[in-house]
Amino acid sequence: MNYIKTIEELHEMLTNGEVTSEELVQDSLKKAHLVNDKCHAFVTLLDDAKGGFVTDDLLSGLPYGIKDNYSTKGILSTGSSNTLKDYVPFFSATAVLNLEKHNVIPIGKTAMDEFGMGGTGTTAHTGNILNPWDLKRMAGGSSSGSAASVAAGVYPFALGSDTGDSIRKPAAFCGIVGYKPTYGMISRYGLFPFASSLDHCGCLTRSVKDAAIVVDAMKGQDKNDLTSWDSSSIHLYDSLDGKVKGKKLFYIKEIVNMENYPDASSELKEHLDNFHKTLKLLEEEGVSVDEVSIDRDLINAIFSVYQCLSCAEATSNMSNLTGIIFGPRGEGKNINEMMKDHRTKGFSSLIKRRFVIGSYVLQKENQEKYFVNAQRVRRLIVDKMNELFQKYDALIMPVSTGPAPYIDGSKDEITKDNTTNLEEHLQIGNFGGFPSITIPNGFVSNLPVGINITGKCYDDVNVLNIAYALESKMPYKNQIAPLLKEEDYE
Amino acid sequence: MNKYKAVIGLEMHCEMKSNSKVFSSAENSYNDTPNANIRPIDMAFPGTLPTVNLECIRKALLMSLVLNCKQPEYMYFDRKNYYYPDLPKGYQITQMHDPVGVCGHITIEVDGEEKEVLIHDIHLEEDSASLDHYSTISLIDYNRAGVPLLELVTEPCFSSSKEAVMFLEYMRRCYQYCDVSEADTKKGQIRCDVNVSIMDEDATELGTKVEIKNINSFANVAAAIEYEIKRQSELKDAGRYDEVEQETRRFDEESGTTIRMRGKVDAIDYKYFVEPNIPKFKIDPAWLQEIKKTIPVLPRERKIKYIKDLGLTEYDANIIIKEKEYADYFEECVALGMNPKTVANYLTVQIIAYLNKEGITLKEFYLTPNLLKQIIEELEKGTISSKQAKEIFNKALLEKKEPKTYLEGTTQLSDEKVLEDIIIKILNNSQSQIEEYKNGKTNLFQYFVGQVMKETKGKANPNMVRDILTDKLK
Repeated sequence: MNYIKTIEELHEMLTNGEVTSEELVQDSLKKAHLVNDKCHAFVTLLDDAKGGFVTDDLLSGLPYGIKDNYSTKGILSTGSSNTLKDYVPFFSATAVLNLEKHNVIPIGKTAMDEFGMGGTGTTAHTGNILNPWDLKRMAGGSSSGSAASVAAGVYPFALGSDTGDSIRKPAAFCGIVGYKPTYGMISRYGLFPFASSLDHCGCLTRSVKDAAIVVDAMKGQDKNDLTSWDSSSIHLYDSLDGKVKGKKLFYIKEIVNMENYPDASSELKEHLDNFHKTLKLLEEEGVSVDEVSIDRDLINAIFSVYQCLSCAEATSNMSNLTGIIFGPRGEGKNINEMMKDHRTKGFSSLIKRRFVIGSYVLQKENQEKYFVNAQRVRRLIVDKMNELFQKYDALIMPVSTGPAPYIDGSKDEITKDNTTNLEEHLQIGNFGGFPSITIPNGFVSNLPVGINITGKCYDDVNVLNIAYALESKMPYKNQIAPLLKEEDYE
Repeated sequence: MNKYKAVIGLEMHCEMKSNSKVFSSAENSYNDTPNANIRPIDMAFPGTLPTVNLECIRKALLMSLVLNCKQPEYMYFDRKNYYYPDLPKGYQITQMHDPVGVCGHITIEVDGEEKEVLIHDIHLEEDSASLDHYSTISLIDYNRAGVPLLELVTEPCFSSSKEAVMFLEYMRRCYQYCDVSEADTKKGQIRCDVNVSIMDEDATELGTKVEIKNINSFANVAAAIEYEIKRQSELKDAGRYDEVEQETRRFDEESGTTIRMRGKVDAIDYKYFVEPNIPKFKIDPAWLQEIKKTIPVLPRERKIKYIKDLGLTEYDANIIIKEKEYADYFEECVALGMNPKTVANYLTVQIIAYLNKEGITLKEFYLTPNLLKQIIEELEKGTISSKQAKEIFNKALLEKKEPKTYLEGTTQLSDEKVLEDIIIKILNNSQSQIEEYKNGKTNLFQYFVGQVMKETKGKANPNMVRDILTDKLK
């Protein structure tokens, strides 16, 4: 039987008796092993997972994956880092506990860029995470394993986290849906921190409705996370009606307009053409899309602001990783040597580089110039977005410059223009804590590409509705990568 | 006498009293069992987040008000980043940008003179874990990690170790009065950093400041200051003042000296930034007003009142304000109508001696003000002698029975007619003594008093006996 279905469909099959939860779990585990062999998508596979109770709850009895930076009680949680390679927590993240109430069954912990600090899937301690559409390409990161496994049809959903675009970019590269709700809608308690003011929990699914169902189950105010807020009056799944007529969207000229890229590669051209074609689909539904111009200095600052703030918070957040209380104990004659040894051996060079940047911008003599100014510019960008959100319902943008890049970089089509802004603009969503969702909107070079919709804080329903309406105009809902042989899905 | 002027500033860290820790839900209580009062965040397990104990914020604001500080509009916290084995997160949550109080002042008394102490700031932060070092290993106890700590920083406004210690003593009392802390140095609840510099009497520019960190008793604060003034003065005398370096030292209790830890160039850059996991929140002025109303009358004001309005000696007043529970007990007694001087006398002598002997607090003391009143009232009426009062006091405490149960049978003989009859009878049988008395042997008066006491088995009201005798022996 083919289990590449939406959550609603699977629930119906479960309640009809067409399939049992145990069968779904075993099928999921079988596929997970196959996908892991090919894509290195998992840190841990929970082979002793058993089917669960099926109730009226749409999620009950379904298998799913958890990104390895979520603390899971009794289950190895490494954040894909050698610094925590044997760490088994004694408590679970609030989001995981919330999901557990829905009788879902975790079948694995997914590999990721080490502690979420990367967008390539090439810094996990278990090896490069590959794109199930083309194993020579990146899955994107940092929620690489979650994206790859959902895209390969292992299960209907997996948890992700997003500090810059870590859910929304791999979703695009893997041709699936990636949604991070408004900051604080889902508690971060138990999520290994990267940059606390930018970190979001969220999910990767194959449809907008599934994303709504999953986040409905993950969200909720948590006394353990003071930045969480009461969203009990928000019902994402129940609010999806696809009614978008009269909505006003905008995209940012300085990032999207072809004129910015006179030397664009054919892939980039195709990607941007495809973006505009997708906008037409929305216009058919009575949605207007404006091209809006924003001060180029502000746009150009996005990436450096992100680097400054995320690296600074990361150096501090990861100061607890000393190998003293948890993680492999370092060697040395005294505690400082032991900590140094643990950190030198444990972290990948990318993380160390970011720690150096973070420490540098926080130093007394540099702090005002870099860190504090970055905070100011973050505020300016967020203010500008909020000003636009007064006039517009949402921002709609293409994700990155096209399909996933090659792992070794050798075969990538090179665009000579600076495309940083196109690659990094999703960070705006983290600056403001805005609800933001990526959905697949077609193919470039036979590989999936994505489009992103971002709205104002607490307006998740609106953002999801626009994505839902757009998804229904395209044939990519619930698509999977042709990684496994046909019989693996039967 | 030193020919240089010393300039001293203090940092006073005080562990606060609260049910739970300041950024953790673990219990905040002294625990002999290491690592018993801990939650995952106290050991900085990955993914843990701070919570905020509002009661600690309330108490911090209260102390800010006591110190006449300016309170910030918004409450938020900062991270102070450094690596140390007692700091599991690798940073301490504290307040750097906008402390709970700045620019304050408080008046203390030094040798009967008023002194205004200027407060730079007071801020709320978390304590670190405690370390026990052994020859080959060190042990970490996380019970203390996250315990609420108030750090009070004065301006360099003291000129002697005495002033500094008087201030610390006074502040300790204020913390106790406001129920903010037990402020017990024996439990390590107060730790001080001291900075000391010296300058010529007539100089206008401050000398080189030396900081002595982490001193755990007021006696050591005094010793460290004294030693540092001496050390710096000697160097200056010898023309080697340039050897006094801006540095951090520690106090070595055994040798009574200070020892260099690190110089200015090794100063740690703490890379402070705003704690992102605790959202900024506005301090409601109405809340601040409410807090203000809960400030108790502070020891200095009480002392003034006791001396001026209640007629106590400064000596007694000083003893009574030493502990809030003494002062509260005293005031309760006075409110019940007892004579302040009599109560003060009882409190400063018998009661405190009893508490010390039994090792109990006034809260555990059997004779509440209402029960004490049963004794004091009779004593003042003259129905019992002070000797009898003491006996009842002791018996009541021993047997834990109300004093009035002992009053019957011990009541003084104060009936004038009866006393007069007894006295006439005794005088009639003492003709020769009367003769001698009248011839100038006046100390025989005590003999007559003794006879009356003997006859009445000690129950005669001594004042009345004295009056009647004086009259009859004219």
